[in-house]
Amino acid sequence: MATTLSAKALTRRATSAPPELRRKPRPLEVLIQAFFFACGAVSILTTIGIVYVLGSEAWLFFRSPEVDLVEFFTTTSWVPAVGQFGIWSLVNATMMTTTFAMIVALPLGLASAIYLSEYASPGVRNVLKPVLEILAGIPTVVYGYFALTFMTPLLRAILGRDVVEIYNTASAGLVMGILILPLVSSMSEDALSAVPRSLREAAYALGATRLETAVRIVVPAALSGITAAFILAVSRAVGETMIVAIAAGAGPAFTFNPFKAAETMTGHIVRISGGDLSYDSIDYDSIFAIGLLLFLMTLALNLISRAIMRRFREVYE
Amino acid sequence: MMKEKASHATRLEPSPFGEEVQLKRNLAARHRAGAIWHALFLLALIIGIIALTALIYNILDQTFGLVAVEVKVPPHELAQDGVPLEDLSTEQLIALLEARVSKGVLRRLKAEQPLEQRDREDLLSLVYERVVQPKIVRSWSLTDSLLRRRSVEMEVAQKYPSAQLQFRSWLNPHFVSQPQSSDPQVAGVRTAILGSLWTIAITILVAFPLGVGAAIYLEEYAADNALNRLIQTNINNLAGVPSIIYGMLGLAIFVRALEPLTSGALVGGVADPTTANGRTILSAGLTLALLVLPLLIVNAQEAIRAVPNSLREAGYALGASKWQVIRDHVLPNALPGILTGTILSISRAMGETAPLIVVGASTYIVYDPHGPFSKFTTLPVQIYQWTARPQQEFRNIAAAAIVVLLVLLLSLNAAAIIMRNRFSRRLV
Repeated sequence: MATTLSAKALTRRATSAPPELRRKPRPLEVLIQAFFFACGAVSILTTIGIVYVLGSEAWLFFRSPEVDLVEFFTTTSWVPAVGQFGIWSLVNATMMTTTFAMIVALPLGLASAIYLSEYASPGVRNVLKPVLEILAGIPTVVYGYFALTFMTPLLRAILGRDVVEIYNTASAGLVMGILILPLVSSMSEDALSAVPRSLREAAYALGATRLETAVRIVVPAALSGITAAFILAVSRAVGETMIVAIAAGAGPAFTFNPFKAAETMTGHIVRISGGDLSYDSIDYDSIFAIGLLLFLMTLALNLISRAIMRRFREVYE
Repeated sequence: MMKEKASHATRLEPSPFGEEVQLKRNLAARHRAGAIWHALFLLALIIGIIALTALIYNILDQTFGLVAVEVKVPPHELAQDGVPLEDLSTEQLIALLEARVSKGVLRRLKAEQPLEQRDREDLLSLVYERVVQPKIVRSWSLTDSLLRRRSVEMEVAQKYPSAQLQFRSWLNPHFVSQPQSSDPQVAGVRTAILGSLWTIAITILVAFPLGVGAAIYLEEYAADNALNRLIQTNINNLAGVPSIIYGMLGLAIFVRALEPLTSGALVGGVADPTTANGRTILSAGLTLALLVLPLLIVNAQEAIRAVPNSLREAGYALGASKWQVIRDHVLPNALPGILTGTILSISRAMGETAPLIVVGASTYIVYDPHGPFSKFTTLPVQIYQWTARPQQEFRNIAAAAIVVLLVLLLSLNAAAIIMRNRFSRRLV
């Protein structure tokens, strides 16, 4: 109360002060602030742009006579040439690669996070952590090359050439798991290290071993962060493009056999747009419909991940 | 495990002797489980290291190795009077070319540059290219070349009796300096590297000011109201949007809607505006700029937030305006952090492939890009296209291109680390 009064008094005095002591109007300051605000607003424009572009083109797609919304979400055959648009063959392939990626990334990521946070000495950490950081920095197209020229031949050597096709979702998924491992590991490790030391010390004082402390005290305490990491990893796997474009196969196929070729949503978008694409064709519009679905899926996963992080975070003092 | 222990304890005889034995046995089991899991946790990390090793091994394995080369005319047949091909004089080489090369090709070569004006090196390589015509018929990986040399030799003797076995590094000076070609033997990555550099330059020019500006706004100006919270949340969400979605945004906005601008027709930047069609370096650079913007903003925000408040307050106390404080105190102290974040964003942009394919990277261009309105291809796109070909030789050059890309990225990241160590001053 007192401060507002004095502030008012100050402004009154300022306006009645001699001109050289008055607060100068600074048009430049206002201009600069406006410029910085405009920079921040670009991100809003980007989002609006994404939603508008995907929405309007997808609208054109669903409005065209060859497409039926019910068919789109219920059938399993995607052959644009004969007017069959069943999204499930693409979504199914995406789910297959994502599943394989999670089989690799979640256990390995969590285990390495537990090791780095609970077991490793600072010296060991400084050696091992950069390895994960390097893995995270390698471009995805390189992982695609790795999947096609290393993982696929490996799978074919182990399981037999007649079982595993040259392009298959298992190989793409496994390599994608390696790509996502650092993400799971670093996010989980952040969550684990945020658990206060006192909890660990209390467990040790009760006679728990290091394993029991890590698995029964620290991991449950950090569960919200770890869950958020897992969901974000799924979102990342769904949106991952180059590995599946190179190694999973070119051509939609509805199959539950992970050793057969199948095209994911992202892989289909890349293949269609990589060719000669004419605007306003059904192919052009269809990739935007797939893109919209992809955008909504990843957005939902990201929002859930953030909500879990916020809502269920245990705050320790 | 603890519950087990408790149930054991209740089942125990009241004898203090037995309880102690039971407890010891239990403790041993718990420690054993601890040791096993310790090893398993470590194993997870080791699998990560193995994966990284396998990846690097796999790429180097394909970059070097034996090749079987067949020639149309063996060089020793071209020797004249006992002088080998390599030592022939300029005149002899010209005579050789005129005798052996077809009239049409010869006319074309002369139109490029008369034979008499070319130097010996040039003529010699022409003789190799047009007369000797070496052709790689099969290539082997480095592992096969080193460990199974004997069986490789036997295979060559059986299947390609006229071929010669040579050791070839697919990554060589020629590869880095030559433009793209449909022949993997002479194809290079110069067009792709230049395309990458042009694209990245535009990305930096656009994303750096916008990103730092947005970070300054959010950290220094923004009041805690609904609009600014929306901007912040929005940036965090944009960071999680798959990169291919940005490609589709770029395709619809930059390539299609803004075609007059991005194809250069509006500013008269190209002689023939129909060639590029909006699928230009400018469109690609702008798309990548939007893609890295959230990452750049978040990094810059962290750097600005790390500047201690006492510096700002000291500035205000001396009568500086808000912009003066930001310009003279906040930014100089945040700059190392901002630059490090920028370099990391750039290396992300450098490795991006999917959005550029969607925006319309050209599948095949042999001319160097010469400005923002050129058609383009970039290094990762080139790697993708070569990998997608079934022939082994294209896998080899894809591996060599990957080595080039990784070296570029590694030097970028090294620059970031050096910068962070060099400029990071401890404040407070």
